[in-house]
Amino acid sequence: MGPTMETEFTPILSLLGGGLIGASTVLLMATNGRIAGISGIISRILPPSAAAPGLLQGLFFVIGLLVSAPIWIMVNGQSLVQTVSDNLPLLGAAGILVGFGSVLGNGCTSGHGVCGISRLSGRSIVATVTFMSSAFIAVLLLRHVIGA
Amino acid sequence: MKNLVTLIAGLMFGTGLILSGMANPAKVQNFLDFFGTWDPSLSFVMGGAIAVTMPGFWLVTRRANPFFHDMFHLPTRTDCDVRLVSGAAIFGVGWGISGFCPGPAVTAVPMAAQGTIVFIVAMLIGMAAAKYFIIWRDRCVGDLAGKMSQL
Repeated sequence: MGPTMETEFTPILSLLGGGLIGASTVLLMATNGRIAGISGIISRILPPSAAAPGLLQGLFFVIGLLVSAPIWIMVNGQSLVQTVSDNLPLLGAAGILVGFGSVLGNGCTSGHGVCGISRLSGRSIVATVTFMSSAFIAVLLLRHVIGA
Repeated sequence: MKNLVTLIAGLMFGTGLILSGMANPAKVQNFLDFFGTWDPSLSFVMGGAIAVTMPGFWLVTRRANPFFHDMFHLPTRTDCDVRLVSGAAIFGVGWGISGFCPGPAVTAVPMAAQGTIVFIVAMLIGMAAAKYFIIWRDRCVGDLAGKMSQL
């Protein structure tokens, strides 16, 4: 985990970036008629039953995500500020939990947190409150109790 | 045309994550670190996204069908079951200890940080495992229901 690191509070950029994320979900709904839930889009590509409907569209959406950073870097001429933990076992465990939990719970921050809340879905509101709480507790334990 | 628009939607989503700072897991973790190096930016990201998605969804779903598809695929379930809550709780723990959820993790792949790659591979394994688990569990529930009906 390494030492905790301060990050700059960016209300304007975060609001604008959020608006762009919202515009993307609306575009996907208007054209494909689907919720932009990233965990759903990715898990649909995976076995078993990889040939679920919307598979091809999911692939194109993922390609769009993958080219975002290279295009951003090309346009801005500088690399992205990013701090990724070098605790690889921890990240491996986190990846398993995120993958397993998002498929079991039918969604992640995008599907439940953005699209679901926007639809005032009771299930999504319950899911979002639940994952926010468990994430908050996980960080509290990790940073302030275990002190990793 | 449909594929191109979907790709552009993905590009907008990824660029939104980068612009908002969410492709940086440290920023996400700091949102969750209320008693430490707190950074409230993530709430502005969700606020901005919902402010566009809420009226946007309402507007576009008033049409009979989407532009490039024959119907809207909107979730219809309203019940909260153990699966939803336990899945969300498990997801949250992984999200908290890494600062990554699926969208930002995929967006961060091209920067090729070792931790990101490890996370993504593990996440794909976790997703496939959950799909197998759900099939197995549904089969067990089905078997049990079958046995009960024979009693």
